[in-house]
Amino acid sequence: MGLYRALLHLFPTSFRLEYGDEMAAIFAARRRDAGGPLSHALLWTEALADIAVSALRAHADLLRQDLAFTARTLRRSPGFALAAITVAALGIGATTAAFSITDHILFRPLPFAQPDRLVRLWQDQSGYGHSELSAANYRDWKRMSRSFEEMGAFGGQAYNLAGGGEPERVEGQWMTVEVFHLLGVPPALGRVFGPEDGAPGAPAALVLGYGLWQSRFGGEVGVLGRQVLVDGAPHVVIGVMPPTFHFPNRDAKVWLSKTFVDADYADRTDNYIYGIARLKKDVSLGQARAEMRLVAADLERMFPDDNAQTSATVDRLRDGLSPEARLLPLALLGAAGCVLLIACTNLTNLLLARAMVRRKELAVRASLGAGRERLVRQLLTESLLLAVAGGGLGVLMAAAAVPVLARLVPQSLPIAQAPAPDLRILAFALALTAVTGIAFGVFPALRACSQAGVSGLQEGSRAGVGGRRERTRAALVVAEVTASVVLLVCCGLLLRALGRVQLVDPGMSADGVLTLRTALPQPRYANTAVRAQFYARVLSEVRALPGVSGAAYASGLPMVMRGGIWGVVAAGEAPAPGTQPPASARFVTPGFFATMGIPLRSGRDLRDSDTREAPFVAVVSESLAQRHWPGQDPIGRRFRFGPAAERTVVGVVGDVRVRGLERKSEPQVYLSHQQVADGSIIGYTPKDLAIRASGDPLTLLPAVREIVRRADPQQPVSDVRLLADIVDGETAPRLVQVRVLAGFAAAALLLAAVGLHGLLSFTVASRTQEIGVRIALGARSADILDAVLREALQMAALGLVLGLGLAYATGRGLQALLAGVGPGDIPTFLVAAGLCALMTVAGSLLPAVRAVRVDPVAVMRTE
Amino acid sequence: MNERGPSVEDLLPLPAATFYILMALAEGDRHGYGIIQDVAASTDGALKLSAGTLYRSIQRMLEQGLIVETRDRPAPELDDERRRYYRITPFGTAAARAEGRRLTDLVRLARASGFAPGKA
Repeated sequence: MGLYRALLHLFPTSFRLEYGDEMAAIFAARRRDAGGPLSHALLWTEALADIAVSALRAHADLLRQDLAFTARTLRRSPGFALAAITVAALGIGATTAAFSITDHILFRPLPFAQPDRLVRLWQDQSGYGHSELSAANYRDWKRMSRSFEEMGAFGGQAYNLAGGGEPERVEGQWMTVEVFHLLGVPPALGRVFGPEDGAPGAPAALVLGYGLWQSRFGGEVGVLGRQVLVDGAPHVVIGVMPPTFHFPNRDAKVWLSKTFVDADYADRTDNYIYGIARLKKDVSLGQARAEMRLVAADLERMFPDDNAQTSATVDRLRDGLSPEARLLPLALLGAAGCVLLIACTNLTNLLLARAMVRRKELAVRASLGAGRERLVRQLLTESLLLAVAGGGLGVLMAAAAVPVLARLVPQSLPIAQAPAPDLRILAFALALTAVTGIAFGVFPALRACSQAGVSGLQEGSRAGVGGRRERTRAALVVAEVTASVVLLVCCGLLLRALGRVQLVDPGMSADGVLTLRTALPQPRYANTAVRAQFYARVLSEVRALPGVSGAAYASGLPMVMRGGIWGVVAAGEAPAPGTQPPASARFVTPGFFATMGIPLRSGRDLRDSDTREAPFVAVVSESLAQRHWPGQDPIGRRFRFGPAAERTVVGVVGDVRVRGLERKSEPQVYLSHQQVADGSIIGYTPKDLAIRASGDPLTLLPAVREIVRRADPQQPVSDVRLLADIVDGETAPRLVQVRVLAGFAAAALLLAAVGLHGLLSFTVASRTQEIGVRIALGARSADILDAVLREALQMAALGLVLGLGLAYATGRGLQALLAGVGPGDIPTFLVAAGLCALMTVAGSLLPAVRAVRVDPVAVMRTE
Repeated sequence: MNERGPSVEDLLPLPAATFYILMALAEGDRHGYGIIQDVAASTDGALKLSAGTLYRSIQRMLEQGLIVETRDRPAPELDDERRRYYRITPFGTAAARAEGRRLTDLVRLARASGFAPGKA
């Protein structure tokens, strides 16, 4: 019997209180009438089924009633409904959008087969950290390790694609035949690389990315088996990947098979290979790391010079993000959480105020016998309905916001730019909606109902004034102010960081410079003199164009090519192997410094006469001269650098931020493009053309393309960009961050003002009589204002103090994103405080005016 | 709750359980278990209302005004104080009659189509 009574708790409380005893009595009577154990069992089965079904239906009955009632009441106050739904939509929308981005970047499994077993392999060199592998080390790791099912190598490269249409420069990847197989993604068309492609003498094969297949081959199925010229060499198209496939990043549009040959293994210190592997099923990441350390230690013993202090490390493919890149989506989620919190407190306040207004209605219903549970249920239904409507609107808002936020998704991940909407996100939004509805509904509901019976019916009672109730609402407003101040400060700190980065001198004058790339393919341009001919022809014709004041070629532009680091050994120095101080190497044509606006401090520029027959020369940056020859004249000094005998310093130029505005760059060494042996250092052949011109340099583009076409009809032109855009691109991600956070902060500030306004309006409205009496008794406007505003100022001040404290702590957490701006940046805090004060004034203005305008006569009349 | 209240037509067709309960109450006031036993007896045990179905129906019928809870009690020796008694209202009688007419008409139609025994 006890069990049956316990089961009755599945019914709504009101139903159970009304009919529970009766049902229990019927069950008892039936049990008396039942005969043997079999009919007892039958009785229980029936009873259980009955309770399950009936309880569910009874709940549904109530829900229907409550929904109908709620719809009626909300129709009567559309303003309230609209405000509540908008606020809920703002909170839920912001959080859903932020979550879908964060989930996309940090949590969602990568789109490969069993992605948690995919790992990247790195050489770990003390002093340099993670670095790429050399081909010889890759071969030996693969041979000596036991932790992996499969290991492969790949590397990024841009290719000149010709054959069928205009020649085109595309980003691609070469990879060993294992890579596609270990990623486990089937092609959309054809096949991926298999062992047959790695066999000696196999025809060179390539797999197209979906985008390139569409843009260059019109999505034709007949592309399979077609021959394409890649850097002049024939390749057969064997497959097309699906549109969702990105590897190792979003830039790669084509994949070429690669087989290492003996020559590749010759230099064990030439690190240019990315390693990827699939862990065996029963091997943990830790075990693989331990094994690879042992393997690397063995290799270090075998090759003590080449592999000095070279260990190995294994990371999950998923974890290949920098700490800053991981911090950003989390910060985004935090900001959205703040907005949601503020939205919830606002809604709670709205509902509280509404519950006060509806006290009489609730009291009437309570006195008519509606139990407390029914009233709470009714009010919760109302808040849930509002939340569901808000949630629906919020999901739409999130869908609109995600493409904007998607610009925060790092290019370097093997995932799509924008997350596809999926069930997880919808489930998240749904859960958020439910939690929101309950969070902002339950408190006002309980509050309202506990008072409904007591004082609601007392005529003329001054609803909701004084005491605990008001303190609760005030605390909510304080919480809103706190959260919005935190967002404001964080936004301000990021803005300051942006400003600081924008102020960094790139070391060149970027305005009015057009850059483009003509990457000369090997082996056609392996001969240095052949290349020099091409450069000379293009440069002389470009310099003759109207408005052009300078043009030059370089092997890499600052901030575009960041690597290319060689060790410097000045004459008379003898650093240990692996400890040579680094400098970035650039091969350039004469005129490069004038074109880029890099100041020549002393000596001379490179000359056309700096050929292989002449002495080898170099132009160095100031910091290099300072590092090796402090306080001395660097001109005429000699040093070894890269694959040549000694070079003599003939000029000193200003330093350039090669690695970007936010990172320290190695000193630079500029070498003559002619002082290179035929077929050597292929990665460093000049390919980037910079043109300085007056007026809009982009107008030169057609003429320049024509010049290149005349010099070599097969040569594609790619990467057309203004140097100014390249420099601006350095701060573009920060700009997006600041905009997004500013959006959140603005929403938070607005919501906090609305919350303050709501609370004060309510206070003034419920104190109208008191105010009227005070005015009648001779109180001046200033006194009334003082009474109303004091409350607002107290709440704002408390929220501000809490918010600033919390913001400082948050700022410390965000330091990685702040580019050296301190978390306690005074101007930022002052501005945030000022905005908070402005918000307080804006939020309390109308209620204050209303309070001063109270007409004492009208008030007395109603009393 | 129902300021205007539903009309008889709004309620038709009556759910089967509702109609059976009204028929059981036509013979006099009953408590819940009495209704269940009555319905079972009049259908030769074919329909056994469960407690949950019964009281959900009763709750709705009370709201619709088809029945009322009555304060009249039978002789104390026959009464169990826990039991509540229900009585059909004139509105309930009207609704039951309307449902009866509806079903009669339906059966007449069914006969005409040869779907039910008896003369058309």
